[in-house]
This record gives sequence, C-alpha cells and structure tokens, in this order.
Amino acid sequence: MDNRRVLSDVPFWACLALLGAIYLVLIVAMLWAQASFTTPGHLWSALSSPEIRYSVQLSLLSCSLTTILSLWVAVPLGYLLARWDDGNIRRTLDKLATPIDRLSARWYLRPLRVCSALVRLLNPKTWIDALLDIPIMLPPLVIGLALLILMQTPLGRWFENNVMGVTFTVPSIILAQFMVACAFAVRTMRVAFEQIPPREEAVALTLGCSRAQAFWMVVLPEARRGILTAATLAWARSLGEFGPILVFSGATRMRTEVLPTTVYLELSIGNIEAAVAVSLLMVFAAVTVLIVLRHYGSDSSFGKALAR
Amino acid sequence: MIALDNVSLAAGVFTLSGVSLEVPAGGYVALMGKTGSGKTTLLEAICGLRKLTSGAVRLSGEDVTQLKPAQRGLGYVPQDRALFQSMTVWEHLAFALRIRGWDKNAVATRVSELAQLLGLEPLLARKPPGLSGGEAQRVALGRALSFRPRILLLDEPLSALDQETRGDMQDLLRSLRQQAPLTTLHVTHDLDEARRVADKVLVLREGKVQELNGTL
Repeated sequence: MDNRRVLSDVPFWACLALLGAIYLVLIVAMLWAQASFTTPGHLWSALSSPEIRYSVQLSLLSCSLTTILSLWVAVPLGYLLARWDDGNIRRTLDKLATPIDRLSARWYLRPLRVCSALVRLLNPKTWIDALLDIPIMLPPLVIGLALLILMQTPLGRWFENNVMGVTFTVPSIILAQFMVACAFAVRTMRVAFEQIPPREEAVALTLGCSRAQAFWMVVLPEARRGILTAATLAWARSLGEFGPILVFSGATRMRTEVLPTTVYLELSIGNIEAAVAVSLLMVFAAVTVLIVLRHYGSDSSFGKALAR
Repeated sequence: MIALDNVSLAAGVFTLSGVSLEVPAGGYVALMGKTGSGKTTLLEAICGLRKLTSGAVRLSGEDVTQLKPAQRGLGYVPQDRALFQSMTVWEHLAFALRIRGWDKNAVATRVSELAQLLGLEPLLARKPPGLSGGEAQRVALGRALSFRPRILLLDEPLSALDQETRGDMQDLLRSLRQQAPLTTLHVTHDLDEARRVADKVLVLREGKVQELNGTL
C-alpha cells in the first residue's frame, strides 16, 4: 500500500467552479439589470413608435433573407471543403496532362502540369481556408468600409447603375450581414460534413447512386442538425450586425434602420428607456430562435413535438 | 466471376502493383492478408471507388475498368458497415430499389423477403444507433443484397461480432448461395472463418496473391 498523502480533490473542483461562475453570474446579472430597468410601459411605447416597428420588421426580414442566402453558399462550400483533397486534384490534373505531354515537351505548352505543380507548391486548400477566416477576424467596421469602397469601383458603379442600387438601401443591409454571417455558416457546415464518413457515400455509389443522388439522399439528411446550427448562427450574427451596416447602409429612419441602429439612434438622443426596451426585444428574439432551433434540431421530445 | 488482371493502384503512399486474382462464377473465395496489406484497397478497386493506374477489372467476363461504381452492379459491405445514420432499417433495404425506380409494391415485397431472410422483421423501424453489432451487420448485408447483385464483396464482415453471432452469420453467408447465384469475395484475417465459409482461400502477401495450402 502507498502511504503517500494524496491531496483532496475539493479545492481543484472549487477553483474551476469559482472561475467559471464569475462569468455565468455576469451574464445573468447583465440580463437582469437590463430587464429590471425597463417596464412594460417602456416596451409598449417603444413598440407603438412607427420607426421602431419598421426597424423590427426590417431586422426580421433581412436576418431571414441573409440566413437563406448564407445556407445556399455554406452548404456547397462546406461540402467541397470537407471532401476536397489537394492530392486528388493534383493526380487528376496529372492524369489529364499525360496525353497532352506526348504532343509537346515545352513546359509552357503543358498548362495542366503547371497547374498541378502550382497546386503542389501553393496548397490552395490552406489559402481558401485562410481567406474564409478573414470576415471572422476583420473588425466589422472595416468590412463595411471595404464594401462601401467596392461599390465605388467601376464594377460596383456599373452594378448600382444597371442592376440595382445597393449603398444606403435595404440590399446593402443584407449584403453587410451576409458577408459576416456566411463565414460562420460555412465553418459550421464544413464541420458537419466532415463528421459524415465518406464511406457512406461510397456505399451509396455502389448501390446505384450518382454523386448528386448520394449527396441529396444520404449526406444532406444526415447534415440536418448542422444546417440548423448554421442557420441559427447566421441568424443571430445578422441580428447583431451593426458596424458594417452603419458605414455601408447609413442610419436613416424608416429606410435602413435595423434594431442595433435603433439602439444607437435612441441612445444618441438620450432616450435610454427606448434603447433598453429595443435591446430587450433583441434578447428575446435571439433567445427564442436559439431555443426553438436547438430543440428542433435535437431528438428531444420537445423537438419531436415541434416537428410533427 | 470476379477477375483482376495485373492490377496496379496507388492510395496515398501505399501502392500495389501487378495483382491478379480470380473468383470463378458462383464461387466463394476468402482473401486473407495482414493489416495494411491492401485487401480493402483491392475491394474498393473492384467496386470502382479507387482508380487503377494500370490493369483491368472484369466482372462476369465483362471489362468494367472504366465503369462507375453504380454501373457495376455489385453488393458491397464495407468493414465499418457505413450504415446511413438518418435512415431506418426499412429504408436501408429499399434504398437501392428506389434508386432503380422499382414500384412501391415490388419494393415492399422485396424488403419483407429480405427482412425474413436476415431476421430483421422486428427491427424495420429502427435507425442505426438502436442496432447491436450483429443487427447492423445484417442490415449492411441486406442493403448490399437488396437489388439481387450477382457479385458480393465483404470486407471483414464478422470481425466486430461476438463468437455466437459470428457462427450464426457464417451459417447465413453460406446459405445465401443456395438462394441465388452469387459470386462472393470475402476479406478476412481469421483463418478459421475463411475455411468455414469459403471454397478457396487466397492470401495477399507483399503485393502478390497466392492460394493458401496448409497453414499461414
């Protein structure tokens, strides 16, 4: 028997719990302070203002549109990134290049070999990965400014003149939200697809599926929870989007005013009651979406009841 | 009939070259070899999931080297079973039939026939997380057999099963041939199992296939 004295585990767990609790307490205290500051009267008067009602509607509409657009991009891009392998692309290029090489030995007449060498040299997957981190890492304000400048380039101006006006209009809000929300959705979808073993698709192929059928019938149904998580994230990010919208869309009442803009505008004229009432609305909206989607996505009884 | 003619392939750093092998029509051949000797890679090549660098694959006398997996008409049971996590057992058994556009009644008849053959009747509404190892294995087998392929490829189908279930599965595999004409290639690393189910035992050793005489 080992007579060495072993320390009690209690202080260890206590330290962990204490450090974690600080943050949890802060979250609850923050929400409580905000909720206790406002009264049903404040909420009611905020909601009866036509400007604020407009901003609620615009926020709900733009966030939902942004979520749908983000999923349309995130599902294919996430799947490509999850299944992409630089080595496979290189081998395919080399295989296609072989018959061409017989015709000429000069390197500049061997474009596929050059591409294959570039893939080996540059590892495009790493670069694309890094590129997708940019909207997540950049300060939001910078994204707004970059979008504003993009619309001033010849291409941007051509688009504004011939397709539709973007800057300082509703589409600019959706574009600003999309730039950030989509990056989060792509990350989520990529992880979701990476968790589905490629062998399931392989078996589906032997059972008679084409690649597309295997994707629609096997992969996509299994990625359902991932899709819901991506949608939740995209929706929540868009609801809170402020900096890029302020720069790229402006803060015009009854035009480009979304909920964060309202909070900003009400605060700037000293109407703290309305600002707090509107922020509480956003808290409610965010929490509702989180709860509904979480449960809808899980196999809990509540989720099953909702799915019926 | 399954035949590999002088097949070479590369999977990452792993390569096999000049492998030849033949399973006669209606035969049951077990392929043995150490872990990492390329047994699974060979099966994937027969399925069309892995491109050959040279050589040919022939199934029932026809060269299928350039055909897609979907066109080869073979049943494949991979080592990890790879059941579709979002589908019920019924949907697994019906999957290949629906892809082929069978009508509803024909699908239902075939599924109940398979469920009876494999003892899956009480499990038809379950999804993979609710299945035991042996049950999951029978579902994977049923899915592969559903569209009545002439060729069956099994990748260590019994390795994850306990002794008793394994014995039942071996009996089942042997009985399959009496139900329908089936050419089977069964990859395993268990010599007893190989002897029990197969007519002939082949060994893949250092990239060459030899017939096993006596012991390993």
